[in-house]
Amino acid sequence: MIVETGHYALVLAFSVALFQTILPLWGVSRRDDGLIGTAVPLALAQFFLVLLSFAALTYAHVASDFSLVNVVENSHSAKPLIYKISGVWGNHEGSMMLWVLILALFGGLAAVCVPAMPQALRAAALGVQASIAAAFLLFILVTSNPFARLDPAPIEGQDLNPILQDPGLAIHPPLLYVGYVGFSIAFSFAIAALIEGRLDAAWARWVRPWVLVAWIFLTLGIAMGSYWAYYTLGWGGFWFWDPVENASLMPWLAGTALLHSIAVMEKRDALKIWTVFLALLAFSLSLLGTFLVRSGVLTSVHAFASDPTRGIFILVILVFFIGGSLGLFAWRAPLLKPGGIFAPVSREGALILNNLFLTVSCATVFVGTLYPLVLESLTGAKISVGAPYYSWTFLPLALPLLALVPIGQSLAWKRGDLLGAAQRLTVAFGCGLGAAVLLLAAVRPGPTLGVLAVGLAIYLIIGAFSEIFSRLRGRGAGGARQWVGRAFGLPRSAWGTALAHAGLGLSVLGLAATGWGVERILPLHPGESVEVGPYQVTLIGLFPRQGPNFHETVARVSLAANGQIFGTLEPSKRQFTVRQMATTEAGIRTLGLGQLYISPGEQNGDGSIDLRLYWKPLVTLIWGGALVMGLGGLLSLSDRRIRLGAARRARNNRRALTPGQPQPAE
Amino acid sequence: MRPLRALLRSVVCLLVLASAPADAVRPDEVLADPALEARARGLSAELRCMVCQNQSIDDSEAPLARDLRLLLRERLVAGDSDAAIRSYLVARYGDFVLLRPPFKASTLLLWLTPLLLLGCGAILVFANLRRRSRAPAPAKLSPVEKAQLAELLKHESADPH
Repeated sequence: MIVETGHYALVLAFSVALFQTILPLWGVSRRDDGLIGTAVPLALAQFFLVLLSFAALTYAHVASDFSLVNVVENSHSAKPLIYKISGVWGNHEGSMMLWVLILALFGGLAAVCVPAMPQALRAAALGVQASIAAAFLLFILVTSNPFARLDPAPIEGQDLNPILQDPGLAIHPPLLYVGYVGFSIAFSFAIAALIEGRLDAAWARWVRPWVLVAWIFLTLGIAMGSYWAYYTLGWGGFWFWDPVENASLMPWLAGTALLHSIAVMEKRDALKIWTVFLALLAFSLSLLGTFLVRSGVLTSVHAFASDPTRGIFILVILVFFIGGSLGLFAWRAPLLKPGGIFAPVSREGALILNNLFLTVSCATVFVGTLYPLVLESLTGAKISVGAPYYSWTFLPLALPLLALVPIGQSLAWKRGDLLGAAQRLTVAFGCGLGAAVLLLAAVRPGPTLGVLAVGLAIYLIIGAFSEIFSRLRGRGAGGARQWVGRAFGLPRSAWGTALAHAGLGLSVLGLAATGWGVERILPLHPGESVEVGPYQVTLIGLFPRQGPNFHETVARVSLAANGQIFGTLEPSKRQFTVRQMATTEAGIRTLGLGQLYISPGEQNGDGSIDLRLYWKPLVTLIWGGALVMGLGGLLSLSDRRIRLGAARRARNNRRALTPGQPQPAE
Repeated sequence: MRPLRALLRSVVCLLVLASAPADAVRPDEVLADPALEARARGLSAELRCMVCQNQSIDDSEAPLARDLRLLLRERLVAGDSDAAIRSYLVARYGDFVLLRPPFKASTLLLWLTPLLLLGCGAILVFANLRRRSRAPAPAKLSPVEKAQLAELLKHESADPH
């Protein structure tokens, strides 16, 4: 009964989404307030229906209702509860449900937040948002129904893929999807602005917080996924330039560009057309990512043949929304007036360069991901585009961009002073250069690129705060107390920017440090020891252990520094009983910012076991940096000028101001 | 997204492996000469495990990847150059084995797109910035215009409607 309710709610949500697409947009074209007014209640109704449907599916998974195909194929009664819940989206149908749920959630939030927006603009945006929802709800209902029954119901399920039985599954997809789908709001508002033919700094103020939210979640989602791969896959790799990873990197790059250009648009009323284009691009790439992953086109081109309806259905959605939005853009964008005058050397100018590098690197990832598919379908020739391609193309684009970050931050809006910016960055640049030179002297011969990257990272981290420093100093001298007071007085978005850029620097530092990693691959007998970087690892012994739905062989090792034992690790090989699959559970110990990483391999006839042992200095900074970036975003979001609903207060404040009184400069 | 990749990878690789999972680079493969071994690792990071989902033979656990790792180490010990080993493998498996595609007619766009886009983008940005920075020029009036303006203003104040 609950399952039928969920299924019914899903069908109902589809029809509500259809109404929500047609009525408000019709109302906007006829300037009919009654029709425009339907947008908000319909958006809320759609959200609650999708939520109800999702809850029903979750219930079926938690209760192990094996009359559902989806539950049978992806669950098992002995599975721990957390994986029963996260298993809801650990499969194709469920993950599409999560996608649509988040889409509806954003629609609902856009309906109730940002109260000061013109009703027609909001209605048009909600209509566009609903059209996306309708397309994907139809996709779920027609090709990927999670509520399909199975008769007779089996006694037991087939269990979830063991690799997915990990806390990562509970966190990573929701974070990533909030990021992906969050860009839909910017997309919908961009379409609405194109339909309305009106685009100004106020639009940027309404949309900017949504972009920021999506960007924060996407950043965290990608970092979380990367860490998950790192500890799961058993050899300590964290980024593989895999097409599925690229599918999430492309919206991130476009979204990062959007985040910067929309700031220019809000502050200076410039880059308007470009910002709208990026808003369309970011979500189009999210759609493309969904298509690439969900259609199965990436496994091989032939996966299409195994289930052509899904792939072709999403392809149709993709062509409709991307083609339609770009067509609308080409038609309507010339009507929008460009605005905002600035000198080439200015913060605007630097942000344009930022956008140039980000979009070109995004295009590089795009070409690298799709080229093999296109080439094979056109000529039949098979090529591989892997990590080395991106080291040759993506890195050369990323390095100048990174070098530009502190410079852009040090330039003033409208007209900047390059020499002054360079002076403000002397300390940062000096520290970076000094670190690189010292390292080079210390480790020669060593990884030269790593040394360069360390210098760049330190320059980035210190340079990120140079703007804050010069703003504090610019307000006169004074004791420590005044400085702290002034530091609190600076807008939070300034701190957010500094923190996010410093986070980027931390990630680069973590990446650079991989050059100093230590790897040992060897068989160990119980009692034998091996040096791994500054530590000694001793194999204590091997023993079997039983888990809830697996059994494992544990290799217990002790860890020592300078002969002093400080802990043990228990890396293991797991054998999952139902699926007959093996996984490797690496043993990881965080020491300072680095990690000892031990992965067990084959057991040999002579009683030894093959071990892969790594010492990875500063490796946690790679993901820690992303966390700091997200924190910076959050801090910016809490800035009262950016916060959702800020527009209303700003309007009230403006009303309080006497007319003609100049607005504050920032 | 990643669960799916992990899933695909595990499915593809484990199907091939059946129930005997091996490991990427096992201790018995490692060459005694560290210089040769470093070359071997460098080479194998750029070669694809053909039965896997976008994995290099250095990372892969598949038996085929192990065979290739052993093969290229044999050739290294025999004194082959890196290029010779690569072309030997391409002759056997085609360009598909290279994770860094060769630069040739069919991959021209793959390699040149980033450069072309950066160039075109830079030209566009430059043109745009010039136009923008030229735009404020009308703000400054020529002496003739100033005189005209003064004249107009004089008329305005002298002859209010």
